[in-house]
Amino acid sequence: MDATQIALAERVAEEQRHHKKAQFFWVWAALLVMTAIEVYLTYQNMAPTKMLTILMGLSLIKAALIIGFFMHLRYEISRMKWITMCSVVACLILMTIFFFPDAERIITLGVK
Amino acid sequence: MAETVVRHDIPSVYEPSLFGTYSKKIGMWLFLMSDSLTFGALLYAYSYGRISTAGWPTPFHSESIVNATIMTAFLLTSSLTMVLAVRASVQKDAKMQTLWLLATIACGAGFVILHGREWSNLIAEGLTLPMFPPVPGHEVNAEFANVAKSVPQFPSTFFTLTGMHMLHVTLGIVYLGVVALRKKFIPILLALWLIAWLGTPAYSPFHYGAHVLLLSAIVCAIILWLKPKVYDASDVEVAGLYWHFVDLVWMFIFPLVYLMSARI
Repeated sequence: MDATQIALAERVAEEQRHHKKAQFFWVWAALLVMTAIEVYLTYQNMAPTKMLTILMGLSLIKAALIIGFFMHLRYEISRMKWITMCSVVACLILMTIFFFPDAERIITLGVK
Repeated sequence: MAETVVRHDIPSVYEPSLFGTYSKKIGMWLFLMSDSLTFGALLYAYSYGRISTAGWPTPFHSESIVNATIMTAFLLTSSLTMVLAVRASVQKDAKMQTLWLLATIACGAGFVILHGREWSNLIAEGLTLPMFPPVPGHEVNAEFANVAKSVPQFPSTFFTLTGMHMLHVTLGIVYLGVVALRKKFIPILLALWLIAWLGTPAYSPFHYGAHVLLLSAIVCAIILWLKPKVYDASDVEVAGLYWHFVDLVWMFIFPLVYLMSARI
């Protein structure tokens, strides 16, 4: 690594030295609790659409916790946060727009 | 209007970083963004199949759900140990860094072993792909065999999605092993390859899948020979990003594939 990279890496490491250890345990506990809720809901035999909505909601919260705390994105500068997240979300939205209406159309038309 | 003068003789230490961090980390984020689209495409393919296919099977009984829940707990715990390894590395505590990395590897290995056992059981019971040879001397479960015949999209998408994830976890274990132990990890990797290859029967997909470990050992040996180095805090953090991403992907596979296909 050149001098710039070493300086940047040391600055990032210096910032991370101040992260509280306890917060990682809280995040881990929250992730385990949400997983337990998901499994509990599975045993409740809910309607599939309602179940899917709740499960995906919980998954998004879990993903946000992992990205924010474990992957340290919440400590990055705004430009880094927005460019990474917006680009991925935009691509996934495009996939949703293309795939799901088509999948629904197939089952509505009865094409096998 | 102020004039801007570009000076090329100034050392690069004065150049600001566009993203406020070092380039290795940005490189890993870019890779993870592209990899998230790979998994996104596979998850969408699975969901597309599920929506557009009448009579999508729900073959996972309580035993499978419990197994997948334990696998999830292993991965979540591995993320905690990984973040503690990163913390130890920035505090320059080399011993704790290695110990936390080894704990992460152990949790990851637990995940792969449980997943491999689940795959083997499903294949033996008849939920299989045409490319997998039949398991001799094992009675096929009529329900699973029927699923494989009537809705072949299910085993195809299931094995592709979970197989891709298992491959990522395995490569993550190799990555962390190299960061933790460097050259000492190569003989361990070769021993693991021999155990996995010789310890699985010839009809098992893991008999051939084990060669991933041999390929990894060769690639890692070349990298370590070409560029031997002591991995610092930035390397541990970048490896951690990859590991957390693998955990993140499972947070969507687990509910979509297992919980939504449960038959309790």
